[in-house]
Amino acid sequence: MDVKAKIIEIIAEQAVIAPSDIKLDDTLEELGIDSLGLVESIFAIEEAFDISVPFNANKPTAGAFDISSVAAIIKAVEGLVQDAT
Amino acid sequence: MRRVVITGAGTINPLAHDVVGTFAAFREGRCGIGPLDIRDVDRLAVQIGAQVRGFVDASHFDRQQISLYDRFTQFAMIAARQAIEQSGIEFRGELADRSGVVIGTSGGGLTTQDDSYRAVYEEGKNRVHPLIVPKLMNNAAASHVSIEWNLRGPSFTVATACASSNHAMGLAFQMIRSGMCDVMVTGGSESMLCFGGMKAWEGLRVMSRDACRPFSANRNGMVQGEGAGIFVFEAYEAAKARDAEILAEVIGFAMSSDASDIVMPSKQGASRAIVGALKDAGINRDEVGYINAHGTGTAANDKTDCAAVADVFGPHADRLMMSSTKSMHGHLIGGAGAVELLACLMALREGVIAPTIGYEEPDPECALDVVPNVAREAKVDVALSNAFAFGGLNAVIALRRFTG
Repeated sequence: MDVKAKIIEIIAEQAVIAPSDIKLDDTLEELGIDSLGLVESIFAIEEAFDISVPFNANKPTAGAFDISSVAAIIKAVEGLVQDAT
Repeated sequence: MRRVVITGAGTINPLAHDVVGTFAAFREGRCGIGPLDIRDVDRLAVQIGAQVRGFVDASHFDRQQISLYDRFTQFAMIAARQAIEQSGIEFRGELADRSGVVIGTSGGGLTTQDDSYRAVYEEGKNRVHPLIVPKLMNNAAASHVSIEWNLRGPSFTVATACASSNHAMGLAFQMIRSGMCDVMVTGGSESMLCFGGMKAWEGLRVMSRDACRPFSANRNGMVQGEGAGIFVFEAYEAAKARDAEILAEVIGFAMSSDASDIVMPSKQGASRAIVGALKDAGINRDEVGYINAHGTGTAANDKTDCAAVADVFGPHADRLMMSSTKSMHGHLIGGAGAVELLACLMALREGVIAPTIGYEEPDPECALDVVPNVAREAKVDVALSNAFAFGGLNAVIALRRFTG
């Protein structure tokens, strides 16, 4: 599965915009994704790639999972998918 | 103490998706009970229910709302929108701070729980949707109504099984009457028609497999329903000041506890609640023209309903009318009293008494005028709505036709 395309699709769905409008350096905040949208995105990522994402909503930025931008999320998920195989 | 009036009403229930349609169904004596259309229905012993049909959530709510709104919240939001639009109130400034929401529900987001448990137990999944908790919590409907319409005063959920709506509306009434609040959005909502919910009810062996026939000698149980009824209760002076249309006046409320058995009803407990409501309203018993009975269609409930009314009203019990609209819309459990209050509104405003349909054989233990099978025209000044719940918790509301 193309990790990048799938993640952009998931984030676009949460942001209610077209995948083509997502830029790699966008932050979730810029895309209008709030805390509930974030946990829904992470759930969708876990379902799509059958992985477990280390994310704690109490400290969203503290974990090993970097959510600072779309590109960072793609990189983190690629790492998790790599580890899982 | 302040007078309290109803200035808005909304509903979505097995008979219709609004108040006008529900009144039409009551007049026609239409039955909303039919074969259940839910997952794994073939594994149920009881396969009938009163479902809200023709309802598509996506035509009312966006994706984010649907991810947060269980079906019972969706019903509450739809009914609340109708009621608030009818009232014409906008909640801003100090009015918003003095307005709240009290909604009755028994199962809350039971369908959401059922789906979530199915995913982890039956399907062996190790994760569920992240918003299950805010979706299933019993206060979700009350909270979303407060969020959507900016109701910033006291808001909470009441859960007293089949009496939840009446307890909720009674509290809303008292909160306005006492001066705590000016406007309350109140009523009840329920959606338990899922496999786990129905299985649990089956266990009690109180459900009919063919029809709900309250007060009829051949009755054989209750039928589950779903839906919501929501009202806007408002201080009379405030409603008058803004020249609002007043649907009825709420004049009394009382509650009692049987303090005896967890499922078997008590005539004494029910009687005390009825007497209490009359006393609270400051009316004589012969002023009551119509009672919307609890009338579940079980052997135990219906005879207790009738015995309590006969005891309280004496000779007047033979002159008043008492019907059970559960025969049409099923038992909405936590939403029951709210949808049933609509039958009281119809009696007071339109002079039409909703019938008890499915009535086939007189029962000497239910020898009151139960308005069998056909709606009836009658002028009614005061109507009561009775709710006698599992757990022995009783709540009775009294309404009066508004004449100024």
